[in-house]
Amino acid sequence: MSVTAAIVERPPPQARGWPRSRIIGYALVGLWIAFGLGIVAYLIFAWNAEFFAKYAPAYLKGLGVTLSLVAISMVLGAILSVPVAYGRMSNNPILSGLAYCYVYFFRGTPLLVQTFLVYYGLGSFRPELQTVGLWWFFREAFYCGVFAFALNTAAYQAEILRGAIESVPRGQWEGAASLGLHKLQTLRKIILPQALIVALRPYGNELILMIKASAIVAIITVYDLMGQAKLAFANSFDIQAYIWVAIVYLVMVEILRHGVEWIERRITIHLKR
Amino acid sequence: MPSQSIWTLLSWGPDGWLDDIASGAMVTVALALATLPIGLTIGFFIALGKQSEEPSLRLAANVYTTIFRGLPELVTLFLFFFGMPILLQHLIRYFRPEATIDVNGFVAGMIVLALIFSSYASEVFLSAFRAIPKGQYEGSYALGLSSWQTMRKVILPQLLRIAFPGLENCWLALLKDTSLVSIVGLAETLRNAGVAARVTKHSFLFYSVAALVFLVLAVLSSFATNAILRSLGKREAQR
Repeated sequence: MSVTAAIVERPPPQARGWPRSRIIGYALVGLWIAFGLGIVAYLIFAWNAEFFAKYAPAYLKGLGVTLSLVAISMVLGAILSVPVAYGRMSNNPILSGLAYCYVYFFRGTPLLVQTFLVYYGLGSFRPELQTVGLWWFFREAFYCGVFAFALNTAAYQAEILRGAIESVPRGQWEGAASLGLHKLQTLRKIILPQALIVALRPYGNELILMIKASAIVAIITVYDLMGQAKLAFANSFDIQAYIWVAIVYLVMVEILRHGVEWIERRITIHLKR
Repeated sequence: MPSQSIWTLLSWGPDGWLDDIASGAMVTVALALATLPIGLTIGFFIALGKQSEEPSLRLAANVYTTIFRGLPELVTLFLFFFGMPILLQHLIRYFRPEATIDVNGFVAGMIVLALIFSSYASEVFLSAFRAIPKGQYEGSYALGLSSWQTMRKVILPQLLRIAFPGLENCWLALLKDTSLVSIVGLAETLRNAGVAARVTKHSFLFYSVAALVFLVLAVLSSFATNAILRSLGKREAQR
């Protein structure tokens, strides 16, 4: 008994050597660190108090424009997405066909094309718009951006809403109906609370996509964050104009991403076992 | 020349603009197709890094996706298009002081789109990797296959089938993102449509045509992906 106990040895600890994956991993992390240090070194080396004093307030203003553009178009898109989602789920072939075409068009074409179509395309109907009294709206690049973005995000949000509502099992509808709730009550009190948990992450992703996509309004002469960076680059021919703006966008997106994850963890506590 | 009829404007030849837009559409398709294999390859290796047991490799891969998914596509494009020549100029000055660098719009677009595409595709590949049970690896190791053979003969065929719908979405996004390269002067669909719009003053018409081109490309690629899916499904059924 004691003899065998003496013979049995514990297996040797796993060798922490240098397998190939570790060498590659360290090399790549080193590369990233070098890259990051390079950027920091460049920003310090190219530090230009004059540049900063001149463009930092402009960047802040641009950030405000970006955020208000995204916020307004997200809200308008959310409102517009309700009838579209209703149409997509309806049994009426004309209604669902129309909603399908709407969604297909706005998801199938680039947002840049849609923005150009609104700003330059509708802008070419100036006399007609003036007679209708809508020219003040389509004259402003910012309003055109909001218009195009709201229509675009409505298509995506309609699909998110539809997917979320359809993810709730049919039994929930039937159960509510048997309790005597009518359709709207069922939707508000039973379906939506469950659907919105499912929809939270896609909505968060859509918000992030909108913030990223909002950079393209700089092309139609809106001075958002990207527009200010374009202006600063055109004036100074200094690449740090774009580096700063990249950092701001990256920070915004990361904050949002982690915020959505945090909210999701909070509101799904009751679902975890 | 706003007096010209729409059909003259949309005709093929010196009077019309259809040939310009068609050549632009070819450039769009060429750019997307040229980006696809590069993006898929990088994305696959990034996904491999993300599911590796080595923490440093995971970290490096995650930094990559964080950066290229977090930056707006336009910012990435501008950083590369304007930053790359400066960087290369500094590097090349050590060898040939008189050389100048000019970045080709197509190549810059290809690099940037590959970076963006690969960071999205890597997430698709990663979730596909996670959907493959561990027993598949263990079974093939037990049969004496090397890890490379396991990857190529056992994992990859299943991985592609699982990842396919996600990759289709990435492809559609790539197709749409090619329109951004028009801003740095590549003569693709949107650029040529914009030139036509400016010359003829028929902006709405030509931007609608550009939108139509992208819609047609989306419809065509959904036909293609359906055909590929069907053949993948058929092969599945034959086993």
